[in-house]
Amino acid sequence: MTLTEPSAPAGRKLSTAKAMVEAIAQEMDRDERVFVLGEDVGSYGGIFSSTTGLLDRFGPRRVLDTPISETAFIGAAIGAAVEGLRPVVELMFVDFFGVCMDQIYNHMAKIHYESGGNVSVPMVLTAAVGGGYSDGAQHSQCLWGTFAHLPGMKVVVPSNPADAKGLMTSAIRDDNPVVYLFHKGVMGLPWMAKNRRSIGPVPEGDHEVPIGKANVVRQGSDVTVVTLSLSVHHALDVADELAGQGVDCEVVDLRSLVPLDTDTILDSVGKTGRLLVVDEDYLSFGLSGEVIARVVERDPALLRAPAARVAVPDVPIPYARPLEYAVLPTPARIRQAVLDLVGA
Amino acid sequence: MEAQGRLDLYRTMVLIRTYEEAILREYHADKKPVFDIGAGLVPGEMHLSAGQEPVAAGVCAHLTGDDAVTATHRPHHFAIAHGVDLDRMTAEIFGRTTGLGRGRGGHMHLFDPAVHFSCSGIIAEGYPPALGQALAFQRRGTDRVAVAVTGEGAANQGAFHESLNLAALWQLPVVFVVEDNDWGISVPRSASTCVTSNADRAAGYGIPGVRVEDNSVEAVHEAAGQAITRARAGEGPSLIEVHTLRLWGHFEGDAQGYRSDLDGVPGRDPLPTYENQLRASGDLDDAKVAGYQAAASERVEAAIAFAKESPEPDPATALDFVFARA
Ligand SMILES: Cc1ncc(C[n+]2csc(CCOP(=O)(O)OP(=O)(O)O)c2C)c(N)n1
Repeated sequence: MTLTEPSAPAGRKLSTAKAMVEAIAQEMDRDERVFVLGEDVGSYGGIFSSTTGLLDRFGPRRVLDTPISETAFIGAAIGAAVEGLRPVVELMFVDFFGVCMDQIYNHMAKIHYESGGNVSVPMVLTAAVGGGYSDGAQHSQCLWGTFAHLPGMKVVVPSNPADAKGLMTSAIRDDNPVVYLFHKGVMGLPWMAKNRRSIGPVPEGDHEVPIGKANVVRQGSDVTVVTLSLSVHHALDVADELAGQGVDCEVVDLRSLVPLDTDTILDSVGKTGRLLVVDEDYLSFGLSGEVIARVVERDPALLRAPAARVAVPDVPIPYARPLEYAVLPTPARIRQAVLDLVGA
Repeated sequence: MEAQGRLDLYRTMVLIRTYEEAILREYHADKKPVFDIGAGLVPGEMHLSAGQEPVAAGVCAHLTGDDAVTATHRPHHFAIAHGVDLDRMTAEIFGRTTGLGRGRGGHMHLFDPAVHFSCSGIIAEGYPPALGQALAFQRRGTDRVAVAVTGEGAANQGAFHESLNLAALWQLPVVFVVEDNDWGISVPRSASTCVTSNADRAAGYGIPGVRVEDNSVEAVHEAAGQAITRARAGEGPSLIEVHTLRLWGHFEGDAQGYRSDLDGVPGRDPLPTYENQLRASGDLDDAKVAGYQAAASERVEAAIAFAKESPEPDPATALDFVFARA
């Protein structure tokens, strides 16, 4: 495996969406078995531009628009994968998983185990996650904790263009089912408020980011902020701001929930003694509790202060902007949590 | 049909179109020069129903507020035709405290229990709850009916098929309505199913099905009348598919680059078509048209003003309503 750190200098800049497409296209070039299917992945190019141009380039035999039949087409991807193809199948919004979850967690995720390791399911299930633009309770969730909770699928969530390419490449090459969740707010879409880091340098050619390796995106000595996806950018912005006030944050971008890079988290908390987990998924029974549990299980003495978390409280995502921003892990909430942790 | 019936259908269609044009205006007003879906007074996705007025007007003309309607992610035309409170619906779309859902739901999640109206952003998922509402009506010995609406794209979804089967089995007073506007976002009907009519699918579950071909409000009215009468009489479910028209994009901001039929679309607009028909039959003249339009504008602008004047929700209340209190 070629391990290329995305921080490696690279000349050109791409949006996260284009980086994703580039990875898929390169893998389709490289491997005849790779194909793409899902709703509106063809001439529309993916509602969030995750497949733009693929139909023109590879034709309808390898880029398949599907009916609105998630159980059938995700199940079909599973069957194709079992027979040795390598499908990339898009569930448009992760929120739609309810109509097809049986195929995902009772089939895609369990076949390898149930077959005693004799059958593998080398597929990638992609979906858009995240809120912040008033799309309401059925179109704004992250839900990565749900997939991570159920054994048998890797779960990756890129926060930037280089990782989007590298994680997609790794996901397609992985012999396991990989759930690849991309936040709309980091895709660099022209019709959505852009995070300034949603367009960034992306290595050309082969670029893998290993699944299960977190990235320390900012070094710091006072507080460890463990997070992923869009919240990484909020955390970095807060860290920059607080640096001026003498608070030095270390920011860990998890990049994947399964496997979870516990070592990197422990190393960081060992250094700072303080842990904040920021998660755009729901608070209870999820990623934030898991991260804290792993630290406490290893060595509660690592923590100089009780661990803290900023997540979506256990409420459906509200529609109205003031309500939605009251529950999202905004920079303001993150900043306050960091300040509370350092006792400022 | 009598003249008054025709004029009522026309008036409903005018109200719906006037409403959708006003929402279109408000939605885009503060999203210029660069379209940002999260910006402005009405953020988020917006699916408008212009072109599909005949379906809602024709079906809902047979309903009262005691009957139930479950609509889709494109709900406004059915909401209006079924008599959902227009002020509170508009306030919900604007995310205000006076909204149907106190700003929690938004345009795809409108609930008005006063007229048993609901909708959902998850495709085909309004079908199953309609069965339960019908079951409740049946159990109580009433002649009330539930109308469940989907698009033709949704007819490829599991919930659609399970619902037809169960409704037939239990002989529920449900009318399934399919709006075939030819497109499921960018996927044409021909790329999503090999059946030419969802009426054929109804037959597969032992349910009568009809397809109305020309987006004619009177033809919808006729077909819906038969289905609803059947349901009220305890004779079970039926399905109506209407070949209708998505006049605008799937959602606002959709450039429709994929769409091959756009040139002919304006000419198929059902509103001028019906207006001309009523003028030709002598039911409608300039004065009446102007009167209906003025009344609709007044009603719609009042609803928008109500929404804009209503307060935004207090962030401190964001966690309210997760559970009902005993
Ligand atoms: C279960 C599910 N899958 C996919 C979507 C995304 N989606 C929203 S509308 C739509 C197309 C619906 O087409 P159709 O049923 O024909 O209704 P129309 O939009 O044409 O009114 C799709 C695929 C969704 N909301 N829910």
